[in-house]
Amino acid sequence: MTGRSNGTHGTDAPRRRTVDSGGLALAVYEQGDPARPTVLLVHGYPDDHSVWDDVAADLAADHHVVRYDTRGSGASGVPATREDYRLELLGQDLYAVADAVSPDRPVHVVAHDWGSVQAWEAVTAPGSYRRIASYTTMSGPCLDHMGHWIRHRLRRPTPRHLAQLLRQGAHSWYIALFQLPVLAPAAWKLGLARLWPRVLRDLEAVRPRPGHPQATLARDAVHGIELYRANMRPRVRAPRERHTEVPVQLITLQRDHYVADFLSEGLERWAPRLTRRTLDATHWSALLEKGTTVAAMVREFTARDHGAVRREPSAAGELAVVTGGGSGIGRATALAFADRGTRVVVCDRDLPAAQRTAELCELSGVKAAAYRVDVSDGAAVDAFAQQVAADHGVPDVVVNNAGIGHSGTFLQTTEEEWRRVLDVNLWGVIHGCRAFGQLMVERGTGGHIVNLASAAAYLPAKQLAAYATSKSAVFMLSDCLRAELAPHRIGVSTICPGIVHTNITRTTTFSGLDEAALAAKQAKVSKLYARRGFPPEKVAAEILRAVRTRKPVVPVTFEAKAARLLGRLSPALLRKAARINAG
Amino acid sequence: MPRFPYDERDLAKFREVQQLAYHCAEQVAAWIEPGVTERQATAELRRCLVRAGVQDFFHVPFAWFGDRTAFRHFHTPLQFFAGSRVLAEGMPYVLDCAPVVDGYTADIGYGGKVGDNPVWDLLAKDLRTYRDLILREVRARKPLAEVYAAVDAQLAVHGYDNRHQVYPGRVIGHQVTRNTARGPAGVNLFGFGVRTLQTLGRELVKERLEGRSPLWAGGRASRHAPTPGLWAVEPHIGFRDVGIKFEELLVVTDEDAYWLDDDLPHVRRWDLQEATA
Repeated sequence: MTGRSNGTHGTDAPRRRTVDSGGLALAVYEQGDPARPTVLLVHGYPDDHSVWDDVAADLAADHHVVRYDTRGSGASGVPATREDYRLELLGQDLYAVADAVSPDRPVHVVAHDWGSVQAWEAVTAPGSYRRIASYTTMSGPCLDHMGHWIRHRLRRPTPRHLAQLLRQGAHSWYIALFQLPVLAPAAWKLGLARLWPRVLRDLEAVRPRPGHPQATLARDAVHGIELYRANMRPRVRAPRERHTEVPVQLITLQRDHYVADFLSEGLERWAPRLTRRTLDATHWSALLEKGTTVAAMVREFTARDHGAVRREPSAAGELAVVTGGGSGIGRATALAFADRGTRVVVCDRDLPAAQRTAELCELSGVKAAAYRVDVSDGAAVDAFAQQVAADHGVPDVVVNNAGIGHSGTFLQTTEEEWRRVLDVNLWGVIHGCRAFGQLMVERGTGGHIVNLASAAAYLPAKQLAAYATSKSAVFMLSDCLRAELAPHRIGVSTICPGIVHTNITRTTTFSGLDEAALAAKQAKVSKLYARRGFPPEKVAAEILRAVRTRKPVVPVTFEAKAARLLGRLSPALLRKAARINAG
Repeated sequence: MPRFPYDERDLAKFREVQQLAYHCAEQVAAWIEPGVTERQATAELRRCLVRAGVQDFFHVPFAWFGDRTAFRHFHTPLQFFAGSRVLAEGMPYVLDCAPVVDGYTADIGYGGKVGDNPVWDLLAKDLRTYRDLILREVRARKPLAEVYAAVDAQLAVHGYDNRHQVYPGRVIGHQVTRNTARGPAGVNLFGFGVRTLQTLGRELVKERLEGRSPLWAGGRASRHAPTPGLWAVEPHIGFRDVGIKFEELLVVTDEDAYWLDDDLPHVRRWDLQEATA
């Protein structure tokens, strides 16, 4: 533990005071040196401030830690009507406490569960950046964002979206229960409160400890039901547009039974300065078992210089390398990384195209660089990797995207054509993985490698002999590499896009065709792909998601997913289908 | 192919209306500021045009702010109409109007921004490429569908999106004729003047019979050499939430083609940039 400033602070019992918020008395608990940056911890339902004990004790060493019992819980006042539990008032409570404990400096807010829901209300209020320096959120979405999330999925009911709705719905059963009269309050009064330590132990992996849960649990839990009743329906039914400029750190709890990770999809739309972290914990074990880990994440985030303007290109931060970044999926991926604030290095055989990508990346306010590299040339890729390490540092993410298309049956395809396809599609990936994988292992802080395979990797077609062979080799290579790099905390993802509208079709070669027929064929296939209309930006979004979630294999389009499923259900069917002349 | 139907006097009239339209757009651009809504901007544009002597509109004036300049999240044609979006600092905007004076029609598009927007700056600079490209291709008498594809290819090189494909019929342009219809002036249906619809309907039938189309898009109907006459050309390009366009009249004569007027705000801006670069 560093910087324990003052022996009288930190270890002592919290100093208690009362803050008035619109006529309601809030019980506030302070620890640590008030001269230090203020961290405001907001608890959820059915807890009170004591759920933060471990986190607060750790942070108090170098922070001014403030907790309060939210209205209706712990030692705070209990509002008279359901109306008084509205989010507007809960947001005002947070500002009232912040103004009382840190009147002249903005505070860092950390919140969990319902505390996070109400803190979102404060964080997304206009001008919030003047009072809130940063926000760390766990397991509590903004209800307005959730309303938009649901609407977006209902409007575009793809199988994935429907599955997400159903899964989150299954996680949220208790919310519906809370809307019913009598039942939930009666359950808490008649014994659930007494059983709560056992519930936490059995379902949440939280070891029982003295002083927790709080003595007022039954009463707090009953009052807190009003939070759901006053806010859930109006906010989800008529969501508002709530944006924030405050830097937000989202800690996703991997074993959370109540809030699914995909609920935060698209959160960047509302909170553009978003940092995503994950923690292997349940809804409550994050605070009650892994308090020090959470405290470390908060400490790291509050220490960052959030004052820096986003526009200013930063020479620090994550670095992604994208091969074949001059067009198509490569360019879209580079742009998506840049948009997220990651520095980008792109390479391509076509240098002006790569430079153009870098120029577009810099519009997002990050540093970007372009290099001319032919990935089929091992020595060139090695030199490129060394160059990148020297100029920009060892990358955190490498996307081996460069590839070419070729169509032709096995016997039609010449040796020359076989070599070209394997050189770029397979050897390009091998060179990329070897050169950058070595650097990442040596650095020792983990990373991620993304290899672009194809739906053809598991979908045989007689017209795609060379192409499918190269891609299925990439698929297997990635599987082996993943096992090898796992101890080094380097993830490997295989992406299988399917039919995506890029310029690969305009450069695809076809065995045994003269120039005129080739151009006609290219135009025809391009048109087919254009009609399918699946944009490379969606593949890029999947790639970023794969890096974030460390997903090993990602079929992207519907056809890629269907083929993978079909290949498992009935490989014989796919073998038969391979005979169809699809080229 | 029909002969080029206009004389110098007609062209001067068309040029005059186009100047008038751009002049009004520039006036509104100077007036516009954060806090203004799209509806207020179109009302101002209409007032300005009527003050200048415009009696009828080919289509009602449009204004798009923010990500609506790139037609993001457009699902129905109704979304083209000016809405309640409020202009804020850093936002791009596009004004589009089509005044008719004595049957002479102009159809113009004007892109701008308030405050600082580096994405808009790059788009605005690159827009020139498309003006040159379209003229070059039309001069070479390439089929209109091929010109459309060439614009798409250039967009792919730049890394931009084709946003004119959101327009009804995915058009990058449409023919403009002297409006001689007799319907009530100043009355519109679905945003298009009644006289426009009469003329456009007649042209659609007439040209269809000749295997041509007065609408310029990327499909089969546009697989013909440019028809002599006047074309309002409107490449609309976008990157992320920023879109920009110009729209002006292209003169296609029996042998040649040229932009009706080079003394326009966007051309002047490019010239100025080149001079200072």
